[in-house]
Amino acid sequence: MAADVDVRASRGSARSAGTAIAIALAALVVTPPFLPRYALEVLISILFFAYLGAAWNILGGYAGQFSFGHAAFFGIGAYTSTLLFLRAGLTPWIGMIAGGLLAAAFGLLAGYLSFRYGLKGPYFSLVTLAFAEMLRVVAVNTKAVGSSLGLVVPTAQPAAWQFLFAAKLPYYYVILAMALGALGITFAVERMRLGYALLAVRENEDAAEAAGVDALGMKLRAMALSSFLTALGGTFYAQYFAYIDPGITFGPGVSIQGLLPTIVGGAGTALGPLLGAFVLTPISEITRALLRGRAGADVMLYGLVLMLVISFLPQGLMGIARGGRRPVAGKPS
Amino acid sequence: MTLLDVAGLTKRFGGLQAVSSLDFSVAAGEIVGLIGPNGAGKTTVFHLLAGFHRPTAGAIRLHGASIVGLKPHAICRRGLARTFQIVQPFAALSALDNVMVGAFNRSADVGAARRSAAEIVDFVGLGPRRDAPARSLTLSDRKRLEMARALATGPTLLLLDEVMSGLNPTEIDEIIGLIRRVHERGVSLLIIEHVMQAIMALSHRLIVLHHGLKLAEGAPAEVARNPRVIEAYLGTATP
Amino acid sequence: MTTGLLLQAAVSGVLLGGVYGLVASGLTLIFGVLRIINFAHGAVMMLAMYTSYWLFTLYGVDPYASIVVTAPLFFAIGAVIEKAVIEPNRAAAEHNQLLLTLGLALFLENLALVLWQGDFRTLRVPYAAVSFVIGDALVDLTRLIAAAGAVLMAMALFGFLRFTDLGKAIRALAEEPEGAMLVGIDVARIRAIAFGIGSASVAVAGALITPFFYVAPDVGESFNIMAFVVVVLGGMGNFVGALVGGVIVGLAESVGAAVLPGSLKQLVVFAMFVLVLLFRPQGLLGGGRGR
Repeated sequence: MAADVDVRASRGSARSAGTAIAIALAALVVTPPFLPRYALEVLISILFFAYLGAAWNILGGYAGQFSFGHAAFFGIGAYTSTLLFLRAGLTPWIGMIAGGLLAAAFGLLAGYLSFRYGLKGPYFSLVTLAFAEMLRVVAVNTKAVGSSLGLVVPTAQPAAWQFLFAAKLPYYYVILAMALGALGITFAVERMRLGYALLAVRENEDAAEAAGVDALGMKLRAMALSSFLTALGGTFYAQYFAYIDPGITFGPGVSIQGLLPTIVGGAGTALGPLLGAFVLTPISEITRALLRGRAGADVMLYGLVLMLVISFLPQGLMGIARGGRRPVAGKPS
Repeated sequence: MTLLDVAGLTKRFGGLQAVSSLDFSVAAGEIVGLIGPNGAGKTTVFHLLAGFHRPTAGAIRLHGASIVGLKPHAICRRGLARTFQIVQPFAALSALDNVMVGAFNRSADVGAARRSAAEIVDFVGLGPRRDAPARSLTLSDRKRLEMARALATGPTLLLLDEVMSGLNPTEIDEIIGLIRRVHERGVSLLIIEHVMQAIMALSHRLIVLHHGLKLAEGAPAEVARNPRVIEAYLGTATP
Repeated sequence: MTTGLLLQAAVSGVLLGGVYGLVASGLTLIFGVLRIINFAHGAVMMLAMYTSYWLFTLYGVDPYASIVVTAPLFFAIGAVIEKAVIEPNRAAAEHNQLLLTLGLALFLENLALVLWQGDFRTLRVPYAAVSFVIGDALVDLTRLIAAAGAVLMAMALFGFLRFTDLGKAIRALAEEPEGAMLVGIDVARIRAIAFGIGSASVAVAGALITPFFYVAPDVGESFNIMAFVVVVLGGMGNFVGALVGGVIVGLAESVGAAVLPGSLKQLVVFAMFVLVLLFRPQGLLGGGRGR
């Protein structure tokens, strides 16, 4: 019967997908020590991109609230852990959590104001952009956090317990763990009541309310989780690049870095951000190599890719893979 | 036992008086029909009951407690579920997942919610299409889905808003049967409907609304003979 | 904080506000007719500014004269963008349309970066140093012309919308899309025209400010945000609101700059933005689409 074939086929494809994932995972864990420095850097970029994307995805892809201001949380994370490290000697491993909690608190405040006053769709996007920009302006004008000069993380004496490493490899494993962690959280949320509730709110908020879903509460939960995770990314950035400033951390660039791989890969899918990151980063690297020294070529391509994806593949790359059986992202027109 | 008690319910939108001082109640076990010409305010009443609009004045009591000012999800928690006049499925989700969202109202456990949702999906006749994305369902199936999702929340009172609109006679018969089976499960119903034979056959009692006011109330046969009701629908009373 | 300084700030604010108003009116027109928030508005302005810049630097064309070239050119560019990028995605979800214009903005801004690098460029017209004294305030001729030009252009647009058939068709589509279709208005053509007009306005605004504003790939971003603030303040889709809102925002920014240290003036503008979005989404003047 058709139904049986379907079940068998999906079990079969699930099994082969599972094997593929296991192999990929093994490769990601085992090969890096043998990779050339450049390849390792690219991999770190990819995983960092994927991590930010996964964090954004929880609020954007699953709850359907497209934030254009996630840089706010990134910056809060970066500045909090860095300031605690520089001024109080607190290890960034703990400072990271502090940054995450602070970002979550800010996210809940901003989210509560926005959702309570009914901001949806593009208006929500605009207000989040405004919040991020406000934080950037405050940072630029505050001497205590270094103003536009920013903050430098001292790397003279790297120590693992201070989240500082002499080589790139340890950073790789950290970001790998973070990316896998974010992926794992996404998978878990998908299968929890929260996941169903978020998708319901995304698809149709009124119908969700009528079905007993506390839309405001669910959106705030998504916001708290998303902002917490994004902030951790900010700390990683600070420790890896050892320098942060308002433009880098609170600027629209970071906000776009969060949503781009997710939209391209497939918002509302667990693997979307990873897929998007794996596709976009090489594009960036290749264009940078081809158009040597021409700043902006890679972002120009990103803009083009974004337009193409929205026009022809609104469900992202995962949309091709899925063929529309499992819950897919994007509000239907 | 009175499930729903509405007293002096009034709703004004700016200068427009949509509902005026409406009094009615629904007792446990009843199927009450809410009828009236287009624009009579019936859907507005549903929005007020379900918490989507706040009454300008009046009281709404569910199981004896006031639900005025509560958010829709809180009202749903208390046992009042509704469907929408224009179906509102979670388009990208499968039929089963749609109903699960409602089922979570009763149990936070995913497994339990899935089992309860599956049972209801079968009950409304969507079993074979449980994994189909909601956007691929026919109108008739979407209506069943809407009812299933509302049922999954475990209501004592279910508000159905023109669930038969857009359906052909066979589909209407099927829905009538479904509504009866829902009632047998112990759910009381308040139904807005324009398909007269259906509402007459199903209801224990009819309430007629016109320009936001209650025009008549009583057993279907009585109400059908009421000259004011006839006038409201047709314009002039038959001589 | 002397009254003289405050007056100076107020005057420059109002003058620049006129330009903001023109930029915003293009954005609000596009929103009113197409119902999209055009993230690429600032980028188009930036490209027009570069066009005026190159016409001046290479061919000695006075920036105000360049309007004769840039206005029709960017009208055409806008119409083409609408037809090629926006129109095919009309049925897409709202947030996807926003992402579309975001992608376009990223593309255009970085195209400029690739072509002309990020260096700030400035245009030096012979009359750049001319200024007048009005009361206690010193007013540059170029800024005065910019404001006057913006007001003129805005008035021309207003007249166009109000009195010409095409203008009425545009307003009809903005107010009542289905009705407009029913009475036989070629709505697709009107949409392209509206986008074209929006782009042309922003090209004019760009040309008007090149004598005193730097030209760089990121100049569009700041005007973009300003335009959003003005449009939200004035009411989304409210043409007159955009003009009035422009002056209000220009004033707030300027006075903020005089009163607050550093670049905190931006905070004033953003705070206004957030407050209006949260508490008065229909705009200060009402009549906006709200949310």
